[in-house]
Amino acid sequence: MKYSIFSLARNSLTGHKNWQPAWRSPEPRKDYDVIIVGGGGHGLATAYYLAKIHGITNVAVLEKGYLGGGNVGRNTTIIRSNYLLPGNNPFYEKSLQLWEGLEQDFNFNAMVSQRGVINLFHSDGQRDAYVRRGNAMRMHGVDAEILDRHDIRQKLPFLNHDNGRFPIMGGLMQRRGGTVRHDAVAWGFARGADMHGVDIIQHCEVTGIRREKGRVTGVETSKGYIGCKKIGLAAAGNSTTVAKMAGLDLPIDSHVLQAFVSEGIKPWIDKVVTFGVGHFYISQSDKGGLVFGGDIDGYNSYAQRGNLPMVEHVIECGLAMIPSLSRSRVLRSWGGIMDMSMDGSPIIDKTHIDNLYLNAGWCYGGFKATPASGWCFAHTIANDAPHELNSKMRLDRFRTGYVMDETAHGAQANLH
Amino acid sequence: MAYLINCPHCGIRTTDEFYIRGDASKARPAEIGDGTMDQWHDYVHIRDNVRGLMAEHWHHTGGCRQWLVVERDTVNHEVYAVSPANKWKPAAPAKAKVRARK
Repeated sequence: MKYSIFSLARNSLTGHKNWQPAWRSPEPRKDYDVIIVGGGGHGLATAYYLAKIHGITNVAVLEKGYLGGGNVGRNTTIIRSNYLLPGNNPFYEKSLQLWEGLEQDFNFNAMVSQRGVINLFHSDGQRDAYVRRGNAMRMHGVDAEILDRHDIRQKLPFLNHDNGRFPIMGGLMQRRGGTVRHDAVAWGFARGADMHGVDIIQHCEVTGIRREKGRVTGVETSKGYIGCKKIGLAAAGNSTTVAKMAGLDLPIDSHVLQAFVSEGIKPWIDKVVTFGVGHFYISQSDKGGLVFGGDIDGYNSYAQRGNLPMVEHVIECGLAMIPSLSRSRVLRSWGGIMDMSMDGSPIIDKTHIDNLYLNAGWCYGGFKATPASGWCFAHTIANDAPHELNSKMRLDRFRTGYVMDETAHGAQANLH
Repeated sequence: MAYLINCPHCGIRTTDEFYIRGDASKARPAEIGDGTMDQWHDYVHIRDNVRGLMAEHWHHTGGCRQWLVVERDTVNHEVYAVSPANKWKPAAPAKAKVRARK
């Protein structure tokens, strides 16, 4: 059923008793053309674009938990395309453009809000770095502007502008950046894919990948064996675990990233703001909660919950940036498992096994990439070759030396 | 919890005193030059990203400044053993301890 003002009126006249589930819950068939392992944002977006753009509808998405229970529901909902490197920037800009038309495209209200993203800087050197980044963005045709300290004071009066050690000197702003309601992204893509005939199978854990004569032929799951012609892996924090089932060792570490939300308060912060001294980013949800986060905890983890030292560190950063934050209380915190790659950039590629494809290494930038990741991964699977937009996101770049290291930290995953 | 680490030199300390390098299972290749690229690629970029008991190199940056090997469960964050890195060998006693608990 298409959602519209008419379907809303019709259903309200019948007391909202006739709404249909947004997607079916089918039992798996014996075999499919394509199996996507992982029903997170990226997996669902891949299935959606496979069906919608490439006409491949005999597709199953296998999810071991429930939709929206993984990283697509465990992030800070920020979208932006303020990247520096040529292999990254056009990809993230494609993603932002897809976000801009997404709700009309999949007929679901994802509450895309282009409220603007501001990265604060606190020194001359940091300003130079952000000017360089802004120029790189504009050369790629992406909007970027530098704000001076007067602009920042006007837009964000609640910041600690005159911090003795780290005065706020200005910021890099991308007006088209903003936030999206993250659960609605999972639901919208799931519903869109389902309407095109894709089977979304929840509570179905992949336990093995069957190979014959150098090709993958299907997956062992908690619901039995399912055959297929192609497999796409999009398992985020569990990427290495799933890839090992096909004998593939990945340049990825799994780490826990925590995020926090405060009690709901009246409208206060109408932008996404990032701190330039510590790692801290904050926005306010439409419910009124302040949504914020910081660094990963730093040790390998599959636990989906973090520890207190990072909680303290994040809150300290928040108070240094916004002193009045001390008057609000943290309501909830949660952890997600990040697939941290060795250069901080993702992988969307074929593997050395002919019909096995990989989408992984999103570090903690995966949410904003969801539509373009699905779009490019669907292209890669359908054409057995990467699209130009993901042509630098190769798995073998670590071997060939063509890494994309935005922060120049080297092969130390917990520093990206 | 991975929150407290029992440093063999300093006693119980919190994790914020440590810098975490990661996977301790990799051995640095002995040779350099042609024909060793695969070994070096494996050493520099590939990690044994274990779901369960994992040995990691931790540096006690805010304490004795010694390298340690911390054996931890990556699913429940429990720490089983902390040893000086130069005395640690793979398949150390921690594994037996894990079995004993289960």
